[in-house]
Amino acid sequence: MESMALWKRVFILIVCVWGLAAAAPNLFYAQVERHNDASAGIEAAGGTATPEQEAALSEWPGFLPSALVNLGLDLRGGAHLLAEVRVADVYKTRIDATWPEVRDALRDLREQVGAVRRAPSPDGVLRVTITEAAGMPAALEAVRALSSSVSTLTGAGQSTLDVTAEGNDIVVQLSEAEKRATDDRTLQQSLEIIRRRVDEVGTREPTIQRQGEDRILIQVPGIGSATELKALIGTTAQLTFNAVVSRTANAAADAGPRNLLLPSIDEDGVYYIVEETPVVTGEELVDAQPSFDQNGQPAVSFRFDTTGARKFGDYTAANIGAPFAIILDNEVISAPVIQSHIPGGSGIITGNFTVEDSTQLAVLLRAGALPAQMDFLEERTIGPELGADSIEAGRIAAMIGLVFIILYMIACYGMFGVMANIALTVNVALVMALLSTIGATLTLPGIAGIVLTMGMAVDANVLIFERIREELRAGASPRRAVEVGFDRAFSAIMDSNVTGLLTALIMFWLGSGPVRGFAVTLGLGILTSMFTAVYVTRLIVELWLDWKRPKTIVV
Amino acid sequence: MAWRLRLVPEQTNIDFFRIQWVTFGASIVAMIASLVLVFTVGLNFGIDFQGGTTIRTESNSAVDVAAYREALGTLDLGDVSISEVFDPSFAEDQHVSMIRISAREGEESVTPQLILEVEQALQVVDPSITFPAVESVGPKVSAELVTSALLAVLAGTLGILFYVWVRFEWQFAVGTVAALIHDVLVTVGIFALFQIRFDLTIVAALLTILGYSVNDTVVIFDRLRENLAKYKQMPLREMMNLTANETLSRTIMTASTTLISLIVLLVFGGDVIRGFVFAMLLGVILGTYSTLYMAKNIVLMLGVDRGDKPKAPGKSEFANVEA
Repeated sequence: MESMALWKRVFILIVCVWGLAAAAPNLFYAQVERHNDASAGIEAAGGTATPEQEAALSEWPGFLPSALVNLGLDLRGGAHLLAEVRVADVYKTRIDATWPEVRDALRDLREQVGAVRRAPSPDGVLRVTITEAAGMPAALEAVRALSSSVSTLTGAGQSTLDVTAEGNDIVVQLSEAEKRATDDRTLQQSLEIIRRRVDEVGTREPTIQRQGEDRILIQVPGIGSATELKALIGTTAQLTFNAVVSRTANAAADAGPRNLLLPSIDEDGVYYIVEETPVVTGEELVDAQPSFDQNGQPAVSFRFDTTGARKFGDYTAANIGAPFAIILDNEVISAPVIQSHIPGGSGIITGNFTVEDSTQLAVLLRAGALPAQMDFLEERTIGPELGADSIEAGRIAAMIGLVFIILYMIACYGMFGVMANIALTVNVALVMALLSTIGATLTLPGIAGIVLTMGMAVDANVLIFERIREELRAGASPRRAVEVGFDRAFSAIMDSNVTGLLTALIMFWLGSGPVRGFAVTLGLGILTSMFTAVYVTRLIVELWLDWKRPKTIVV
Repeated sequence: MAWRLRLVPEQTNIDFFRIQWVTFGASIVAMIASLVLVFTVGLNFGIDFQGGTTIRTESNSAVDVAAYREALGTLDLGDVSISEVFDPSFAEDQHVSMIRISAREGEESVTPQLILEVEQALQVVDPSITFPAVESVGPKVSAELVTSALLAVLAGTLGILFYVWVRFEWQFAVGTVAALIHDVLVTVGIFALFQIRFDLTIVAALLTILGYSVNDTVVIFDRLRENLAKYKQMPLREMMNLTANETLSRTIMTASTTLISLIVLLVFGGDVIRGFVFAMLLGVILGTYSTLYMAKNIVLMLGVDRGDKPKAPGKSEFANVEA
């Protein structure tokens, strides 16, 4: 019988040793995790370590692999949210912002177009009525001149605004290409801001991913509940400072043109009429910190950037004695009266805050406002205890399953069963090693996938051993029987595993969440089981035959 | 001769076609019954597919479903179902229940206030109660999950159909896929019959059943292909019996090792994945049965064109892979 080439044997051994070494950290999960946290902490602190970090670092030797498999939310506990961003909100903001420009452009053409008036229109559409229909071509041209070209590859060459005439009305809206470009920007911004907010809270490895056109998936391990997470990322946190026109108790009061009627956040039945155009916005903030006012009440102190500081300074200088409103997401937090000129660009927001409120508001203001509101389509909270129970159950099931299969294989195939068992153990180690190395996430269905592949992994060995038995019955010599057994079984092993791999791929491609986790472990399990059942077992069998040189063998 | 545990004697000569009209008929009846059950009784869809909220409660005093129901009755929740969960892995004083609230018309997910109200109402009944898991899925996402789940099973089936067709003959592909449809359909039927919760992980289980069942079938077909080249004169029916008997030991062996792992998971794996494991268990049993009694029968009915030389494994794309 032709033995395997030496380099092949060495290669197989190296892979096995690597698998066992790379899987090992997962057996000591807690220690290795503390070790990794400590080494990351030390690196972040620029190389200096606290005594606790030193202690944690020494729990796991540095020369051994330390990559761990990520535990999914169902195993570690945490919160999962699927949010849909209301991308159309941004169209409205964008279109409303063009109105002053459109008005100015048309004002220059007053001779031709007559009086210009904004007509009521749905959100995201600007409808402007002109009195002189004859001036329409000139008006359209002037408005179209405000449009620029879309700045994406696919939309290149198209203009940002769609300008059409309907009777005496000019209808302006974003072009399709610009809408898509805007959606993309909105999503990118939202992702960035959510990431910043979650990072501010400082939890371990959050997953923040875009899903499809307008969705964001947020998974934060270790957070108490989805409600808590929603409080953090669900608020848009658009902060503005607006001039106050008047204060009223009438919820249906007429605010007047270009004014807004907004409720007070903590005084029931109190409304403020404020100017629509803000003096300064939260975008011009550079810092916000929780603090206390002179009465010891929780407050948030903030600082503007240079342009914000100048605008705020000029405005306060010109309006001493007048009230202005601090508005967060269309609710008035407070409306203090300007006592004096505030030149430095810093200030303090007071309101009816608790310490938690002020801390959270500061986080939100620092991280920036979300460009659009979000709807939550799916939310899941898994408690850490439930996760720990699931890990325990999975571990016990895997252990018992392994023991049963090992005993069963020995009972059925004797010495060859032992060899298959060694291959099986290497297989489980390789799956864990690969999962750790690629940083895949292990979920509860994933553990089930591993346990299942253990059961199925012996299939390849069963195929081979049954073939060897047949060859032996037909009177072949041990070496010949082994060789033919392995070769003949290979096509069946290949076909059956390729179909398994195919379904794993489809699950990964179409599935989400638990299905994906399962697909990853199943797919990796199939790949590694082919390697171990065919190559590792063959190596062991050959080594054994070389060593014992038996005249007859019993499988 | 050393002792070996043998589930199947060394030489068997079972005629798998002797009672083929009984087995085949039983399979067809089971498939029709499953379809009828799914369309009349319906599946007990989880929130993944129907939208809504599930709250898992845990307490160290016994679950009193009636008291829970009464406590929640004052809240306007619509359709609420409460069930106690039992599991051998639970501690002595660990009492778990699942509360399910249906999604309301026009609402994407249950509001945090409502969940808070539910939790507070239950804490009045049982102060030691905790809520280890709260999951809520909006109708929009659940509708999409239904589509993608159906698509996944369909794509899986088509992928397998195509692969078997390329590697074997079209008759084999039809036989394989008929067996797959049988396995998946009857599993779903049993879920409908016992009203076991059907959620996203069950779809993963169904896909795995596809993988397992095809694995099982392909091994027999592989041997059949080999025998077709070897015994040119033997009638197809006899050859199929020979093939099935030759591979019977392996079929039973693999089914039993897989069943061992699944039974262990079923008993010790915890209640969270019990439905998933149960689906897989059914699938393995059905898959083994359909391999022996369904896939081959269909190939026999369709007949194999033996004038053409069957695609030999030596000519396939994997022949140059050296073991």
